[in-house]
Amino acid sequence: MRVGILAVQGDFAAHARVLQRLGVQARLVRQADDLDGLEAIILPGGESTAMLKLLAPGGLMERLRAFVSERPVLATCAGAILLARRVLGPEQPSLGVLNMTAVRNAYGRQIDSCIRLARVRPEFAAVLGAELETVLIRAPRFQDLGAGVEIVAEADAENGCEPLLLRQGRILAASFHPELGQEDKVHRWFLAQAQTALQSR
Amino acid sequence: MDSSSLRLKTGLAEMLKGGVIMDVTDADQARIAEQAGAVAVMALERVPSDIRKEGGVARMANIRKIREIMATVSIPVMAKCRIGHFVEAQILEALGVDYIDESEVLTPADEVHHVDKHAFTVPFVCGARNLGEALRRIGEGAAMIRTKGEAGTGDVVHAVRHMRDIVREMKLLTVLGEDELYTRAKELAAPFELVRLVAREGRLPVPNFSAGGIATPADAALVMQLGAEAVFVGSGIFKSEDPAARARAIVRAATHFRDPKVLLEVCEELGEPMRGINAAALRPEEQLQTRGW
Repeated sequence: MRVGILAVQGDFAAHARVLQRLGVQARLVRQADDLDGLEAIILPGGESTAMLKLLAPGGLMERLRAFVSERPVLATCAGAILLARRVLGPEQPSLGVLNMTAVRNAYGRQIDSCIRLARVRPEFAAVLGAELETVLIRAPRFQDLGAGVEIVAEADAENGCEPLLLRQGRILAASFHPELGQEDKVHRWFLAQAQTALQSR
Repeated sequence: MDSSSLRLKTGLAEMLKGGVIMDVTDADQARIAEQAGAVAVMALERVPSDIRKEGGVARMANIRKIREIMATVSIPVMAKCRIGHFVEAQILEALGVDYIDESEVLTPADEVHHVDKHAFTVPFVCGARNLGEALRRIGEGAAMIRTKGEAGTGDVVHAVRHMRDIVREMKLLTVLGEDELYTRAKELAAPFELVRLVAREGRLPVPNFSAGGIATPADAALVMQLGAEAVFVGSGIFKSEDPAARARAIVRAATHFRDPKVLLEVCEELGEPMRGINAAALRPEEQLQTRGW
């Protein structure tokens, strides 16, 4: 399978290392042409404001919007912010294909970054296990989930629970960094789903 | 250091890769940097070229200034403490900056010891001229290494030398036998376990960035082709003719560092860079890179 990783900026190398462990050689995507022939894409962590600037020249933003509207996507942290329908903290443009609001840096600054365990919803436990280790770095919060968005994993918060991993059709979006974790479960699941999507095309 | 703490510290550095970290002295500059696509800003009182010109003791920046910058931008904010000045570091941690640069650009506060960076939750970046120095800093808890270069000159030659030295020394380690690593660790004056780790992996256990004298998009692409994973630009932006345009150009160059067509496009519309100082003309006592050990 031909998987790309958006590499205008961010921890694309960490994602590439995980895919390499799983036997997949990824292509780094820096320009619109780099999307040609790809079957799935990863949008990595990084700084979403910087990524937006780097997506503007050469029509990459529009090509990427078309690509993520129909192909399997794994988006982590800043990548998920790029996908969100709406972004707060502050407001900024996005690809707008994932039906939720992402609030940037919602848990505070780097000093508040942490590693915690998330509970996997029972319907996904068969593939992901009961718990997921989540590395949260200046993480966004996902809220106002709309139609078609499923919560895959969540953690306790002040006012009940909050989602850390979402699925909407072919899209997986994490507020944490599975690429910095010690398990490759999320990537494995993403590749399996992408494989299924490919076969049903 | 427990491994989860190191993962969070190096994790933020991973997020900055392929990006540009810009020196800023006030909220207006910070806003220009963010709008140009900086991945982080370094808050300081005077950029290195002014420190060079004006002299005096260079210390941690004014807290109100840093706070103002933190309130203005949504990207990470770094700040510098003096080498060995662990109390400046404690204050910056209490303030909540995202990264501390224990920097040779400021006047050192300790002639023997660097800050024990394991004692902090906030991550540190430190400068290095060679592999031994890089590993000593990582041994003390640094979660990111950058070349020292020669700050405030706009002359990239020392950043190039430092990056080449670090990369060459790492390559050399990978071909040495296990039994040769002990003596090599002694020669490098670096912790043996870290020397062994680099020999096995062929790279530093923390991200490896470049700083010191980077003034043009071509400079940024040069150090990245030599192995840097991101760049710091100090005086190069706000001492140039059109800071916003230069900042945008260097940001694009850091992403497309291997693509001469894009680099050409990026260079096409630029104004004059900072005038700069030929680093070879500096007297030894004027060099900032020899601070720290």
